Amino acid sequence: MTNREIVLGRIREALETAPPHPAFHDDSTGTSPLPASPQSWLPRVGRTLEERIELFRRNAEDLKAEFHVCAGPAEAIQHVKNLASAGGWKKIGRHSGALTDPVARELGLAEVRTDGGYAVNDLESCDAGLTECEALVAQTGSVLVSAPGAGGRALSVLPPHHVVLARRSQMVPDLGAALQHMQEKFKGKFPSFFSFISGPSRTGDIERILVLGAHGPKKLTILLLP
Amino acid sequence: MNVHARKFNDAARRQTADLRQRDWIQTALSGYYARRDEFKNRFQSWSGARDAAAAIKWEAVNHLDRYLDEFASRLEARGARVFWAPDARAARDYVVGVARQHKVRSIIKSKSMTAEEIHLNDALEQAGFEVVESDLGEYIVQLRREPPYHIVFPAMHLTRQQISDLFHDRLGSEPTDNPEDLTMIARRVMRRKYCEADMGISGANFAVAETGMISITENEGNARLTTSLPKIHVAIVGIEKVLPKLSDLALFLPMLATAGAGQPITCYNTLYGGPRQPGEADGPEEFHVVLLDNRRTELLADAEQREALHCIRCGACLNVCPIFKNVGGHSYGTTYQGPIGSVITPHLRGLLDWKHLSQASSLCGACTETCPVKINLHHHLLHNRRNAVRARPARLEKLLQAGFVFMMCRPQVYEWVGWMGRLAQPLQRLVRGTILDPLRAWTRTRSFPPLAEKSFRQLWQERKIP
Repeated sequence: MTNREIVLGRIREALETAPPHPAFHDDSTGTSPLPASPQSWLPRVGRTLEERIELFRRNAEDLKAEFHVCAGPAEAIQHVKNLASAGGWKKIGRHSGALTDPVARELGLAEVRTDGGYAVNDLESCDAGLTECEALVAQTGSVLVSAPGAGGRALSVLPPHHVVLARRSQMVPDLGAALQHMQEKFKGKFPSFFSFISGPSRTGDIERILVLGAHGPKKLTILLLP
Repeated sequence: MNVHARKFNDAARRQTADLRQRDWIQTALSGYYARRDEFKNRFQSWSGARDAAAAIKWEAVNHLDRYLDEFASRLEARGARVFWAPDARAARDYVVGVARQHKVRSIIKSKSMTAEEIHLNDALEQAGFEVVESDLGEYIVQLRREPPYHIVFPAMHLTRQQISDLFHDRLGSEPTDNPEDLTMIARRVMRRKYCEADMGISGANFAVAETGMISITENEGNARLTTSLPKIHVAIVGIEKVLPKLSDLALFLPMLATAGAGQPITCYNTLYGGPRQPGEADGPEEFHVVLLDNRRTELLADAEQREALHCIRCGACLNVCPIFKNVGGHSYGTTYQGPIGSVITPHLRGLLDWKHLSQASSLCGACTETCPVKINLHHHLLHNRRNAVRARPARLEKLLQAGFVFMMCRPQVYEWVGWMGRLAQPLQRLVRGTILDPLRAWTRTRSFPPLAEKSFRQLWQERKIP
């Protein structure tokens, strides 16, 4: 017998005893509370795109991320240039993409491109990571990145400043919508990695005091393009 | 009393007398209470969300065979290797085997209570491998060579001063009382480790059956680095972690963050569905998922207590438990502390050895009220008490109960006992709290209410009826 058969056999044997009713101990009416969708309990998200962008801004700022709505590509380029001079960037990590290419070109810094592989120490010594994303989640202020859409796993977590370029059309109301977007986009051929990023890396392990930049980026900037 | 019970009692007695430590834990948790409530209130209905979460876990756990099979098959289709571990030894041997086969030099690990449960670090170190915990709290307790104090906040019992001294002793850093500086010391150490390590070990918060992915929730980014840079990733996953659908995470991720840490959402919620796929920039060449039973199926077989497997290890029940707050996390002597630990440890490690934990409860029900998946924790503690007595009848207690019934059924005996009590009371006062006191267990820390001079029956009989 294989281990798989042993464990599954134990489970099937255990489940032969009928389970108690799911609500056997509480004061509910006894009707199954299985939800059609969790939206009715989770925090509200607003109806229009403008409301959701506003909600995203509030949430992202609460999470200590910087969020900026850009009128056009030129403004985004200028914003990243400002970040670069303020942070004294010498080298950036990035992946190729319709949004990242023009910004990186104008920036004119040394760069490590992660597409198709890179040397870890090269990426580690970058001052910033420039990526695109799959979606922005208004309800939580999160950025959804995936391995194919954001230059792999490490680009968005290894450099000390993560800059995300996103389009307005990528704003989704909640986590459910973001997950549904992934299922529809990849139709079962999922990437090996996707992650909801909610603010810069943080820890409270010392006296429960918030410190940013525990192991990942100390700063997260999200730029919204038309 | 067995050795575990004695150890627990000794440690609990020591800790409850340490008022400074108790204050410290209260202070550490006070911010949590405020933030948890704030973010719970942002939910349109927290109670509706709890109902839904409980129902989803009920569905998953009661069809565990089907969902696990689906989970494993989908992972394997994407090139992951799934190892089914019937017990802790099999899991340890497998992970050590993978490390040996690849001749790894250094191992970086992100937080995993399941790995703590099977003592994975000890096994790897005995086999000659260096393992470094990358979560800041876990790294601190690893340097101190002690187990995590709390399943979510491993180093919550330590002050910045203690951590500064520890880093100074072990890492040679300058003493500082700034938490940010201390965090940056660990960050610098860890950065080197991520780049050098050739194997990363993680746990998992959820296992999504529908898409064959594990989900890891963390704030620091250490789990993301642990699973991105080394060429091998091994995840240790308890079989009860299953969720049926990807969309279930839309509910569980915010609930876990709010209940567990008082956050609206945790910083990184990441899904891993395999090793590096064609066309991807990075990621491990091999992805191993170890599905751990280790007596979880025995808990599953107990239909009455099966729902204890719904637990998502958020730690909310520890944070509200008056026992945990007074005896502290280390007194339990278990991997899982607090109410959930007291419920499941007797199943995972033997009822008779760990039944004393069922008494480590005031039965106030704060744990049950706060549990995001509605596990009826304090009732399960009562179930464990009952089961323990069934397994090994408490003869003395039975005799006392029989005596009590005998007395209560016979007015003369009752009167006589009351009379004897009144006689004995002044004598007991002389030896109160000492080893000669028959009521010592009670009077050592509490006063015993004095018996009235006359019983109610006496007063009633003397009463003139108008």
